[in-house]
Amino acid sequence: MSSIQSLSGLWAYWLIIALMMVGLYIVIARDNLIKKVMGLNIFQAAAILFYVTMAKVTGGTAPIVPHDPAHPGGHGEHEILYSNPLPHVLMLTAIVVGVATTALALALAVRIHGDYGTAEEDEAVIYDMEHT
Amino acid sequence: MIEKIVVLEVVLPLLAAPVCVLVRNPRLCRLLSLGVVAICFAIAAAALLEVRGGGVISYQLGGWLPPLGIEYRVSTVNAYLLALVTAMALVVFSFDSRGGPPRVPEQRRHLYYAVFLLCISGLLGIAITGDAFNIFVFLEISSLSSYILVSLGGHRRAVLSAFYYLVMGTIGGVFFMLGVGLLYQATGTLNLRDIAARLEPSLDDRGTVLALALLVVGISIKLAVFPLHHWLPDAYSFAPPKVSAFLAATATKVSFYLLAMILFTIFGAAFVFEELRLQAVLLPLSILAMFLASGAAIFQTDLRRLLAYSSVAQIGYMTLGLSTANVTGLAGGLVHLFNHAVMKGGLFLVVACLLYRVGSVHIDALAGIGRRMPLTAAALVIGGLSLIGVPGTVGFVSKWYLVSGVLERGWTAAAVLILLSSLLALVYVGKVVEVVYFRKPAETQPIDHVREAPLGMLAPAWVLAVAAIFFGLTTNWTYGVAREAAELLLAGGI
Amino acid sequence: MSSGTTILVALLLPVLAAVSCQIFGRVGHPNLRDVATPLIGACTFAAVWRLGGDVLAGGRPELVLFEVLPGVELAFQVEPLGLVYGLVASGLWIVTSIYAVGYMRGHHEHNQTRFFTFFALSIFAALGIAFARNLFTLFLFYEALTLLTFPLVTHHGTDEARRAGRIYLGILLFTSISFLLFAILFTWRLTGTIEFTPGGILGSEPSSGMVTVLLLLYAFGAGKAALMPFHRWLPNAMVAPTPVSALLHAVAVVKAGVFAILKVVVYVFGLDLLAGSNASLALMTIASFTMLMAAVIAIRQDNLKARLAYSTISQLAYIVLGAAMATATGVLAGGLQIAMHAAGKITLFFCAGAILVATHKKKVSELDGLGRTMPWTFAAFFLASLSIIGIPPLGGSWAKWYLMVGALETGFAWQAAFLGVLMVSSLLAVFYLMPVVVRGFFASSPTAGPSGSGGGDRKPIAEAPFLCVASLVLTALLSLALFFVAGDLTSLLSF
Repeated sequence: MSSIQSLSGLWAYWLIIALMMVGLYIVIARDNLIKKVMGLNIFQAAAILFYVTMAKVTGGTAPIVPHDPAHPGGHGEHEILYSNPLPHVLMLTAIVVGVATTALALALAVRIHGDYGTAEEDEAVIYDMEHT
Repeated sequence: MIEKIVVLEVVLPLLAAPVCVLVRNPRLCRLLSLGVVAICFAIAAAALLEVRGGGVISYQLGGWLPPLGIEYRVSTVNAYLLALVTAMALVVFSFDSRGGPPRVPEQRRHLYYAVFLLCISGLLGIAITGDAFNIFVFLEISSLSSYILVSLGGHRRAVLSAFYYLVMGTIGGVFFMLGVGLLYQATGTLNLRDIAARLEPSLDDRGTVLALALLVVGISIKLAVFPLHHWLPDAYSFAPPKVSAFLAATATKVSFYLLAMILFTIFGAAFVFEELRLQAVLLPLSILAMFLASGAAIFQTDLRRLLAYSSVAQIGYMTLGLSTANVTGLAGGLVHLFNHAVMKGGLFLVVACLLYRVGSVHIDALAGIGRRMPLTAAALVIGGLSLIGVPGTVGFVSKWYLVSGVLERGWTAAAVLILLSSLLALVYVGKVVEVVYFRKPAETQPIDHVREAPLGMLAPAWVLAVAAIFFGLTTNWTYGVAREAAELLLAGGI
Repeated sequence: MSSGTTILVALLLPVLAAVSCQIFGRVGHPNLRDVATPLIGACTFAAVWRLGGDVLAGGRPELVLFEVLPGVELAFQVEPLGLVYGLVASGLWIVTSIYAVGYMRGHHEHNQTRFFTFFALSIFAALGIAFARNLFTLFLFYEALTLLTFPLVTHHGTDEARRAGRIYLGILLFTSISFLLFAILFTWRLTGTIEFTPGGILGSEPSSGMVTVLLLLYAFGAGKAALMPFHRWLPNAMVAPTPVSALLHAVAVVKAGVFAILKVVVYVFGLDLLAGSNASLALMTIASFTMLMAAVIAIRQDNLKARLAYSTISQLAYIVLGAAMATATGVLAGGLQIAMHAAGKITLFFCAGAILVATHKKKVSELDGLGRTMPWTFAAFFLASLSIIGIPPLGGSWAKWYLMVGALETGFAWQAAFLGVLMVSSLLAVFYLMPVVVRGFFASSPTAGPSGSGGGDRKPIAEAPFLCVASLVLTALLSLALFFVAGDLTSLLSF
């Protein structure tokens, strides 16, 4: 597969990778703890998007069985193409984990601000060096 | 019978945690968690007895059959790990409550127990579940609660360390999740054994290789494999000492199991170690960890930090056992899980005793403490000797099989390096022991008021110290089980 | 009592002694403590002696405690070499503990209870080494001995003692972990067993180069044998109280090293594999070098204990040389030298300690004329010196004799050279030991002034405490007696 093709055919993946790298860059490069948390969020969101894209079946619809009085519990005469529901369900859990992580990270940031008087990582480290 | 109750390993601590929050009485919570942990240990021990020799216990959650439903599956590997985690939890919980988190006021201690129970539930969940995404969930449960536990340490740096730990841990967790996603893409299933059966890994399949890379890096962060270990020394040295003891004894061990399971069961030794040749990366990193982290430990002036760096080095021994990919070496790595848990857990409990009586574990503050706290100091010496690997201690057993495994592989140079690296342990242990016994206390820090630690603290520390010698002399239940587990893993089972 | 039980009793008696030391020391009965140790020592010796009867009758008493690793047991077996070492260790322990009471009290040492406790535990470890049935058991007790003697070396707690302790642990653990353990694991890898087996376990498979490397790993790994360049711990350990030096240099520690080498040569390699090989030649060369170098250095030491320490290094190399020959005569000579050197050197250290207690003098140059005030001590020193040098009718001469015979039997082109080395080394021993005696008896005492060198100023006799003098006279007589009973030892050690 040529690079042009992979660029066009797998555009969603390229987007996800770009998003991930943006998130990771923020985590590494920013000293502000809140910005780090934001970076982490973007990073997680990219992974969640990956699952969501993966589950999408071209032309598929939401995996809800349409009600058909003639065939209770069955799905009618014609086959319906569904998207894969499982990764979506998994991502509900992942989102919950993400929210919990964010909440905890913010709580820790608040505590750090309380103890150090700053939410900047470099300033906190300098503070520690000066007040041992 | 046992098939029905293994699920309690996860359920009991998970339910006990909110009960603790509701009860709001720290004493009651302590008793409750002690009881829960004791029951978990009893179940784990029974399970280990049941599966030894090749048995398997399987439990289908909600009656949904695998591969669709989630299966809890206990074989020798998992049972070994369950027993290890619950045993360590039991010892740490029985440690006197005065060694608890210093910054948490007594009336809020019940929350601390709740978090501790959640952490145990997560760790046990990782060990027991047979579902890949379930592992991710439990991984995050245990990680989130460990961040909280670390942040409860006495120094303000504890919170900052917990934040670092959180950032690194979350990145590791997301990597793991992506890896699981790619595996799902390749196989359409989340059941571990199903994945293993359907996956046909090959170097041409970039998706599979990428999945392996993401999983290995993700777990390596949680395991603190050199050079992804930066969060560990900070986290272990600023966490409350009981928490350090517990995490050092269990958290990295569970991650190690995860790594071994991914490499051997999911991808298979043939692909990972013959086609991909992961050992070309893993072996040098392990040896670097052994030398650089031990070297760093020598220069530490805080006992907790010294032990934390030593942990990074010991993880190097474990991954070295992994990279041999033969039964002896892998069994050496697995038995080192237990052995290291016993000695490092014991040493961190000794730290807790010292902190309680002396108020600091800075090396200068410990001068001459051996005379004031002879029993604590003796436990420190036993733990230290184990770290060096003196025969008659657990450290020797690990080293014996690791070196044997490496020699079997024909890596003579690596065998020499393992032995040489244990001399670095001799230096940093020797440094501490010399200060504790021979150095005169400084004028500014009189130690006349220091007394021996209370029995409630000494007893758990000594249980581990005695275990360090006992299991150094009888290895049927350590090496014997580890060898069975290694054989199972190498055959691609779990 | 079955022979297995006797082994257990012999091993546990020193532990009992340690426990009784702690009990009596804690409740404040130092006299009981100091009586209990030699008594229990005598019982230990009797137990080992009993085992000796079985061994002489051709038996090999065994005791298997439990399996440690699959295929590796904590097991004991008494064979001739181990019996000799065990007899030496337990026998001289009695004398040393009597001497130590006099010395420690005369010198007003602190922490005497700790001292006697670890002393007894060291004997326990030494007996464990002596009776080890496999390399694991040997290694276990070998390391235990290192660690248990550490508090003895650093007994004074001074900076100097701590430095010595650091060197002591550093060198001994470094060599044992990086060389000895590696050699054991390598043997395990090659053969799948680490049991001591008559005739060796290596078989004829390993190449000549591998055998050489392995033998050198064992020889240097047994750092307690003080082969150069891993000998520095021994002179440094001289800061310890004199009974410790006696224990280290004559009874337990150094002999553990050379004993391990002897055991490995006989029961791991097998004499047939080594005899006449490059490995044998290499180790003989190293031993000869150590023998001569240490003797030359000893001559230049003014501190008496340091001089004796280098003498020990030189004398130990005799045993290594005997082992390296890998002939029946060589091993016999090595075994004899363990006993003979033990009796001689312990006397010399007792004398050095007695001089220190009586006069607080440590240097050879300060000993002028002391022989006249301490006649018993210097007479004993003289006898023991003769034994170390190897002059009949003292025990040491047998060991030297068989070594020379062994050197001629090896059949190397260089055998004459090894014979020469042995002779030169004995000559050097004359040079480093005799000046002490000569100064003591014949030089004029510096306090008497230049004019008073005649017989006019007879100074009163001022010996060390009675217990010290009694034990050093006893060991000196033992050196003499060993000359006449060497026949029994020889028949015991015939391989």
